[in-house]
Amino acid sequence: MKERELVIVGGGPAAMAAAISAHERGVRDILLLERDQFLGGILNQCIHTGFGLNYFKELLSGPEYAHRFIEKIKGIKDIEISLQSFVTHLNSDKELIYLRPGEMKEVRARAIIMATGCRERTREMIHVAGTRPAGIFSAGLAQKLINSEGLLPGQEIVVVGSGDIGLIMARRFTLEGAKVKAVIEIQKETKGLVRNVVQCLNDFNIPLYLSHKISRIYGKDRVEKVDVIAVDDNFNEVDNSKFEIECDTVLISAGLIPENELIEMAQVKMDKRTNTPISEKTNKTSIEGLFVCGNAFKIYDLVDSVTRDSIAAGEMAAEYLGYKK
Amino acid sequence: MTNKNYDIIIIGGGVVGCSIARELSKYDLKIALLEKEVELAFGVSKSNSGIIHPGTQAKSDSLKGRLCVEGNKLIRKIAKELGIDFQEVGELIVAFSEKDIAKLKAIKAEAQKLGVENMRIVGRRWLKVNEPNLSKDVVAALFIPSAGIISPYRMTYDLSENAAKNGVEIFTNNEVNDIVFKKKNSFEIKTAKRVFKTRYVVNAAGLFADKISGMVGINDFKITPRKGQEFLLDKKRENVVNHIIFPLPTKTSKGVLVIKTSDGNPMVGPTARDVDDKEDLSTTDDGLKEVLSSVKQMVPSINESDIIAYFSGLRPVAGDDFIIRHESSVPGFVNVAGIQSPGLTAAPAIAKMVCSVLQNNGLTLLRKKDFKRYRAQTAHLFKISKAKAKKLIKEHEGYGDIVCRCEMVSRKEIEEAIDRGATTLDGIKFRTRAQAGRCHGGFCTTRILKILSEKLNVPITSVTKRGKGSLIVKGKRA
Repeated sequence: MKERELVIVGGGPAAMAAAISAHERGVRDILLLERDQFLGGILNQCIHTGFGLNYFKELLSGPEYAHRFIEKIKGIKDIEISLQSFVTHLNSDKELIYLRPGEMKEVRARAIIMATGCRERTREMIHVAGTRPAGIFSAGLAQKLINSEGLLPGQEIVVVGSGDIGLIMARRFTLEGAKVKAVIEIQKETKGLVRNVVQCLNDFNIPLYLSHKISRIYGKDRVEKVDVIAVDDNFNEVDNSKFEIECDTVLISAGLIPENELIEMAQVKMDKRTNTPISEKTNKTSIEGLFVCGNAFKIYDLVDSVTRDSIAAGEMAAEYLGYKK
Repeated sequence: MTNKNYDIIIIGGGVVGCSIARELSKYDLKIALLEKEVELAFGVSKSNSGIIHPGTQAKSDSLKGRLCVEGNKLIRKIAKELGIDFQEVGELIVAFSEKDIAKLKAIKAEAQKLGVENMRIVGRRWLKVNEPNLSKDVVAALFIPSAGIISPYRMTYDLSENAAKNGVEIFTNNEVNDIVFKKKNSFEIKTAKRVFKTRYVVNAAGLFADKISGMVGINDFKITPRKGQEFLLDKKRENVVNHIIFPLPTKTSKGVLVIKTSDGNPMVGPTARDVDDKEDLSTTDDGLKEVLSSVKQMVPSINESDIIAYFSGLRPVAGDDFIIRHESSVPGFVNVAGIQSPGLTAAPAIAKMVCSVLQNNGLTLLRKKDFKRYRAQTAHLFKISKAKAKKLIKEHEGYGDIVCRCEMVSRKEIEEAIDRGATTLDGIKFRTRAQAGRCHGGFCTTRILKILSEKLNVPITSVTKRGKGSLIVKGKRA
């Protein structure tokens, strides 16, 4: 089995910042494994602006923010970037198996940084009763279909949950000529950033229903309508508050879950509630030399903060490998 | 357009219709199978629990009891021939009291009459070792080793693929609108697309078997849909149980079970409630509550947060037993109706029975010399050894290109599913499990849409979830 000094799993902003910072601290043998065909991760589909204000003191779009790191990392010859590389196994001895088209590879790392990002909570996780027709999308999937593939997933939209992606997608659908009929939030307050509520909903007169939930989805082949109902402080349904909204699309934006199935496989001590490593210090896990950074460690509001903490993860890995400040 | 005469037309492309098609394809006959949906197994079969029952749930003098026990034996051979993953995991019917143990003994005695073998009642000590997550309140269980699990969709697809290889013509998207009974052994079956002439008709139309039967004037049974809601758990809980766990049965159902599945994700359910609408596949909050409270009595560690998916199925119920008979007032017409549980298990035995019913009513069965009995198994990377997987990836680079990250399904497997007949997102999901994991296609749907579009040479905007009006996207961006 081939041995590497540092393996980084992921190719988004967290992985790139960690790789660059570990290199700056002296690590010279770095393998970065990205499952997609490109570096940049989810930033590639975030074509709205709002990135970089803290870190670059500039207002950038997602792809622009990613691009700055991609240019930098490509210029560092000590960092081997392996695209279309999907890690299938990780154990507590820091041995990994990964697949690429045409080959299965095994590698043992002295240190590992996991920057595997997060996934979206699904309709299934928030338990919405009713049917399972076409037209139910996670907000991120809809974002990818519109922004990366040039497709329009639907024309009459109800957004469930007021997370930032949901708010941004409400605006995005509106700009594409679709009608966003409502954003439904079960909590008393929105989950997203205030600026997104203002710029994405208020500016476009999209109604936001706080303390409401959708209680049922209808439609045989494609979504036809949803039931919306008010809830009290304990999330119990309020009598006689139910109403219908006709729509062909339901977007789910009900939060994000760190993707940590690999470290779980490696027996890292996990907080089952949040799906994150139990840790006293940011980026650390119960296994020495195995670090987690970015949205895999905790869900961040801003990519700038991901960059900041992932730089720290790179430094921690370098220190673990014996490189002094 | 009427262009040829068939010997037999089978109506219905579920596991029953496809089992019959495959069995009949052993003989020198001209056969067609008609399915109203865009793909096979999209009706009753798609929501089957995937249990190969041992034959402990039916009366010893019932048709379904006899066919279940026979089917349980036949399925092993078919699974080998067609490369279907069948696992004999065994089942436990659990008892919470001394009174319950008496009931277990009664079930055992009844099953023995049907020829179910090797059953025994096991106590706390055995359960503690062999089924450690079972509630301590379970005092004993009836252990039936011959119960097993299989994928209901893959079984249907593999049977149909082998049938097609042996000459059966399969027409999906062909809903039967009318059947004209001309005279003995002369029928015209009309779909929106064409007219099929045939000597024999086998009605395996599941929920709509009463409607099809009514087209030739046989109206003495009615199919009542009995809804079952099922809840699928994360693969992380794969080993929550080692056997299929049953409570004692009730009058209308086997009760709510903890089911191992051949895909690894345990399943809990189903509920059982008669409904009116044959298309009502909705799930309810009450269904979830009912299932969770029942299974937690048996396996307390199962939690709501383990659930990653849920769905409903409808059992086609026509009284207490299966209806399998030639209709003497309509010579050439065979009804195969009311095939609810244990229909999947019984399917191979039903197929054999239908053959002899046809034979007894004038059909000549001549064995084909060139019957192709075997089907190459579809590979799944994570069900084979590392060395084998390595070799496979080297031979076909697409196995190393993971499309569905949660269930780890490669591009090659998705392409193969399309080669084997998948045309929709659900067709891909049932065959490969891509999009069926914890992210529910959030990450892989885009890629699968593209692969479908490329391989089928259709625009992405015309790809559907499961045919008809279930378009995934509403068009291109303006």
